[in-house]
Amino acid sequence: MLVLPALSLADAQAFEQATSDEGLAESVHVNTIWVLVCAVLVLFMQAGFAMLEIGFSRAKNAGSGVAKILTNLSIAAICYWAVGFAFAFGTGSSEGDLIGTTGFFLSDFGNAQEAFFPNGLGLSDAIIESKWLFQFAFCAVSLAIVWGTTLERIKYSAYVVYAIVFSAIIYPIGSHWVFGGGWLQLGETALMPTGIQDFAGSTAVHLIGATGALAALLLLGPRKGKYAADGTPRAIPGHSMPLVGLGTIILLIGWFGFNAGSTLNATDGRFAEVAMITLLGGTAGVIGAFIATTLKQKTIDIGMVANGMIAGLVAITAPSGYVELWAAPIIGVVAGLLVVFSMLAIDKRLDDPVGALSAHGMAGIWGTLSCGLFTAPRLAEFNAFGDPAGGLVYSGSFTQLGAQAMGVLIAFTFVFLMSYGTFFLIKKTIGLRVSDETEDAGLDVVEHGMYGYPEQFIPAPEIGGHSFGPLVPPRGNVPSPVTPAAITGRTEEVPA
Amino acid sequence: MKMIVAYVRPESFEPIRQELLTAGFPSLTIAEVRGSGRQKGMTEQYRGTEFTINMRPKLRIECVVEDGDVQVVTETVLRNARTGAVGDGKIFVLPVEEAIRIRTGEYGQEVLQAHEAAESAV
Repeated sequence: MLVLPALSLADAQAFEQATSDEGLAESVHVNTIWVLVCAVLVLFMQAGFAMLEIGFSRAKNAGSGVAKILTNLSIAAICYWAVGFAFAFGTGSSEGDLIGTTGFFLSDFGNAQEAFFPNGLGLSDAIIESKWLFQFAFCAVSLAIVWGTTLERIKYSAYVVYAIVFSAIIYPIGSHWVFGGGWLQLGETALMPTGIQDFAGSTAVHLIGATGALAALLLLGPRKGKYAADGTPRAIPGHSMPLVGLGTIILLIGWFGFNAGSTLNATDGRFAEVAMITLLGGTAGVIGAFIATTLKQKTIDIGMVANGMIAGLVAITAPSGYVELWAAPIIGVVAGLLVVFSMLAIDKRLDDPVGALSAHGMAGIWGTLSCGLFTAPRLAEFNAFGDPAGGLVYSGSFTQLGAQAMGVLIAFTFVFLMSYGTFFLIKKTIGLRVSDETEDAGLDVVEHGMYGYPEQFIPAPEIGGHSFGPLVPPRGNVPSPVTPAAITGRTEEVPA
Repeated sequence: MKMIVAYVRPESFEPIRQELLTAGFPSLTIAEVRGSGRQKGMTEQYRGTEFTINMRPKLRIECVVEDGDVQVVTETVLRNARTGAVGDGKIFVLPVEEAIRIRTGEYGQEVLQAHEAAESAV
C-alpha cells in the first residue's frame, strides 16, 4: 500500500537516493539550485510583460492587464502540469518524433533523466521538478507574448480558451519539435540535412508566441481609431513610458535566467559565458534601435529603444549557447535596427500596440537564422545539435543556415494554422472582440467593473473619504505657501 | 456674435472637429468635464463593494461664431453627437458682447475669422 503512491511520486528515485546512506551527488545540489533560481527569474518576466503591455495601453485599460497576466499564468500552470510537459519533453515513439507521451501530471515515468529527453533535458541531473518549473516558465512567457497584439479590444473569455489550447497543445508540441528532442531538432529528414539549433527558444518560445499573436490580430482587427478613413495609421500613445521602461528592465533581468539557465547545469561553468553573451546581445539591440529611430524619426523614440532591447534579447536567445562573444553584439545590433523598420512597416497595415510581431517575431526569426551564420564549431560539438562544422562564417556551407530557415518555416506554419483555427472557433462561438461601446469606455470598467486608476476616471467628490483640504491644522513643520511676496519680497498689492 | 456650448459624448469629438475644420471653423476650445443629466449613474464594484458614479464623463465644446453661422455649427454637432440614447448631451447658444484678439488688439467680428493661410488652405 505504501509502495504504490511512492512510485507515482515524481522524484521517487532521487528521494530514495537522498534518504539512503549514499545521498545525492553534489552536482545534483548545485544544478537543482541553479535551475530553480533561473525558473524564478523567468517567472519574474511575467511582471515585465505585464508592465510593458500596461504601459503601452491607454489608462482606461490598465487594470485589465493585471487580471489577464495572472489568469493566463494560472491556467497554463494546470495545463502544463497535466499534459504540456509530457508532450514537450516526454518520450515518444522514437528519437526525433512528433510528440512526447510520457509523464502526464509529472508522474509514473521511472528514471527522470531517461524519461525526459535523455540527450537534452536529461543530460542535467537537476531534480525533475526544478526542470518542470523552468520549462513551465518558458511556456508562460510564450503565452504572454501572444496577447501583445490584442490589447485594448479582445474579450476576456478569449484568453481563457486560447490559454488552455496553447499551454496544453500548441506550445508543448511546437517546443518539442524545436528543443524537446522532436523531429526538427534531431531528425535528419529530406527537408533538413541537420537539426535546428535553438539554445533557449528564439523560435520555440518567442516566434511561437508571436505567431499566435499574428493569428489573433488577423481575426481581431485594429483598435477603433487606429486607421483614418483613408487607411493612414494614427498613433494611439500608451499611457506610461516609465512602466514600459520598468517592464523592459525586468525582462532583461529575467533573461539571464532564460538563457543562462538553459544550460540546466552549473557545474561546467558554461552559464557565465551565456549570461555575458545575453547582456551583449540585449544592449546592442538598444544601440541598433537608437541608431534606427534617430535616422528615421530624428528623435529618440522611447518605446522603440525599449523594443530594441527586447529584440536584441530575443535574437540572442537561440545563439546564446552556440556563438562566441564577438558575434553577440552583431546579432543584437541587427535585431535593434530590424525591429524599428519592421515596426514602422507593420504599423501601416496591422495594429500591434506593443510591437510583439517585430520584437518577438522578426527578431526571433533573425536570431534563429543567426545560428546558421555564427555558430562556433566547438559549441555545436559541445551541445551536439546541428552541423558540427558550425555556421556559415566558419564552415562556408549553408547546411546549418538552411536547417534554421526550414525549422523556422515549419514551426511558424504549424503554430499559425493551430492558432488561427483556435481563434477562428472562438470568434464564431463566444466572440473574439468586445463591443464598440466597451472599447470606448475601456475594458477596465466594463469587463472588470472597476478602473486601474479610479481617481483619473471618477470625480474625486464621488469617492468616499474625499476632502478639499485639511480642516485641522497639520502637525509638524509644514512649508508656508508660496506667495508673490515670498518670491519677490514685495509687500504692496499687485495692481489688477 | 454667439457662443455655442455643446456637452457631448467624448467619442463624438473627432468627427465634429473634422467637419467644423472643413467648414471653416478651426477655432474652438474643449474641456473634459463631468456632469449628470437624465443618464443614470454607473455602478462599479471595488473588491466586492458596489458604488455608483453619478457624474459621467462628457466633453464641453465652446465655439464663438457670427450670428449667421450658428446653424452650421449646431447642425454639425447634432449630426455627429446624436446616438439616440439617453446621455447624448445638450447644446446652449449664448450671446457674446465683444471679441478681442490678444496678439493684435483688433476687435469685432473679424477676430472670429480663421488665420489667412488656414483659410486659403480650405
